[in-house]
Amino acid sequence: MSPAVPPPQPLDAASPAADPAVALTGVRRDYVVRAPVAGSRRRRRQVVRAVDALSLRIGHGETVGFVGANGAGKSTTIKMMTGILQPTAGALRILGHDPVPERRALARRIGVVFGQRSQLWWDLPLRESYRILGTMHRLTDRQREARLERLVDGLELGGFLSRPVRQLSLGQRMRGEVAAALLHSPELVVLDEPTIGLDMVSKEGLRRFLREDRAERGTTLFLTTHDMGDVERLCERIVVVDSGAVAYDGPLESFRQRLGAPRELIVDLEEPASELSLPGAARTLAVDAGGIRHRIAFSGDALTVPALLTAINQQVEVRDLSLREPAIEDLVRQISARNRRGGTA
Amino acid sequence: MPQIGTLARVSTYWAVAAAAFRQYSTYRLATAAGVFTNSVFGLIRASILFAAITTAGGELSGYTIAQAATYVWLGQALLAPIEAFGTREVSQRVHQGDVAIDLLRPISFLGLYYAQKLGRSAFLLLGRGIPPMLIGALLTGLALPEDPWSYPLGMLSLLLAITVAFLADMLVNLTAFWLLETRGLTVVYTALMNLLSGLLIPIVWFPDWLLAIARATPFPSMLQTPIDTLSGRIPPLEALPLLGVQLGWIALLALAASAMLRAGVRSVEVQGG
Repeated sequence: MSPAVPPPQPLDAASPAADPAVALTGVRRDYVVRAPVAGSRRRRRQVVRAVDALSLRIGHGETVGFVGANGAGKSTTIKMMTGILQPTAGALRILGHDPVPERRALARRIGVVFGQRSQLWWDLPLRESYRILGTMHRLTDRQREARLERLVDGLELGGFLSRPVRQLSLGQRMRGEVAAALLHSPELVVLDEPTIGLDMVSKEGLRRFLREDRAERGTTLFLTTHDMGDVERLCERIVVVDSGAVAYDGPLESFRQRLGAPRELIVDLEEPASELSLPGAARTLAVDAGGIRHRIAFSGDALTVPALLTAINQQVEVRDLSLREPAIEDLVRQISARNRRGGTA
Repeated sequence: MPQIGTLARVSTYWAVAAAAFRQYSTYRLATAAGVFTNSVFGLIRASILFAAITTAGGELSGYTIAQAATYVWLGQALLAPIEAFGTREVSQRVHQGDVAIDLLRPISFLGLYYAQKLGRSAFLLLGRGIPPMLIGALLTGLALPEDPWSYPLGMLSLLLAITVAFLADMLVNLTAFWLLETRGLTVVYTALMNLLSGLLIPIVWFPDWLLAIARATPFPSMLQTPIDTLSGRIPPLEALPLLGVQLGWIALLALAASAMLRAGVRSVEVQGG
């Protein structure tokens, strides 16, 4: 923790240290929509349940990826967690605060990035936004400059700090947004689609800094994304939401294993060979390039890569290899489909 | 230490206001175009009033030619700072869901927008208010107040007028929490504002029934009151009760705006992903 950054606010009676950073208990949110009725000028009132009996506890310092299809209730959950949306039922406790009535107090302790919205001052140089945000969060000039130095360095903002925000590229602006959310050294960082629209290099840079900052300050990180790379690079725990309820909650690694998701090993051989004989948990998917390239699927928890390679090396000489991990997006889809089929009624 | 807290809060709003001032000062071409338009319309309005006053025999309901000129040019100068034609920023941010960002700032929502309004108005007063006044002074001449107290009192009345206009405009904008389209309401609001605030003609020229209606609304507090106070047409001592009326409207509208904001945030979804 940098010495110039104020320590987290002293724990008041409302937030004993044992409390989790995030506690959602049976949270529900309904929207009322008025749908037109065919053949009538009346509109029918219809209740849509965006979030349904969602319960979630996140300890201090955890990193959680919150994933699910469009309309699964991710954004609604984030809005309730940050106090800008009132839950229809259930209880929320974020850093010991009840979000809606204590929205502003909570805003001082959390940092939020909405990937599709901006909290920067559009027409002013980027640096000005940090000056204004600094006064909003009651940082002294020294505190602000010390923190900003770290952010400018880590997010590589130096080249465009004095440029108006409207002139920044998307990648530059997103890094600027993240710096704005982290300026007051929040204890909980909530990222809603933080890498949307960014190229690979920008994504990697952003993820690298988020990891660094978390390692330095022990921040709790809560992230929604469609980019499974974000989850894989940033999160230790994954929560899958489907139709407004938790469909899976656990470590990222066992998430993959539980689904028995086949990993894929691709080996290029020195000499062409026909189909190899493999241990039981592996099977050949295809033999390409006249017997040079073999694509082998295997289950991650039953067989390790070295064991599989040893088995292959006993038969042929390997020139090159690559490993393809299952995309979590596919796994999420499998979970949703399985839950629906299972019908745990 | 509450003193430091208060100081920090003031400096926050000051920073927001200063940012709005600077933000607006980047639109130079728009400012120049606005000054030109204000001046042209000022000339048109002045000619019409002059013709009416001349026809009436040199004075009409207490307005001489010079007083009418002052009334027109002050009105043209104050149009921009009070934003007589309404704003759409807040309603658009509600509709697009960007209001979420405003609500996640650790400061008051209305305070944030009021600070922005003051910063903007300060720029608009200097950039768009003063030039038409100078042009008017050169072209038609202005009647200056006899009592020097009219100046500070007029400036105070102007600040109150900006506040009344801000709050009323905010009420219209906040309906966006419930209405998918607020443009119709904005049009109605602007029409009422133009007529009842004394922008088109001084409200004392209205027939009695319309004058009574106008006085029952906050609109004269937005334009007629600061113009009368600043120009000295209403002497300082008589202007004091009018400033009291302005303060009353501020209290009422502020209560309504914060109640509406609370209801809007609590009961209605914040739109968009």
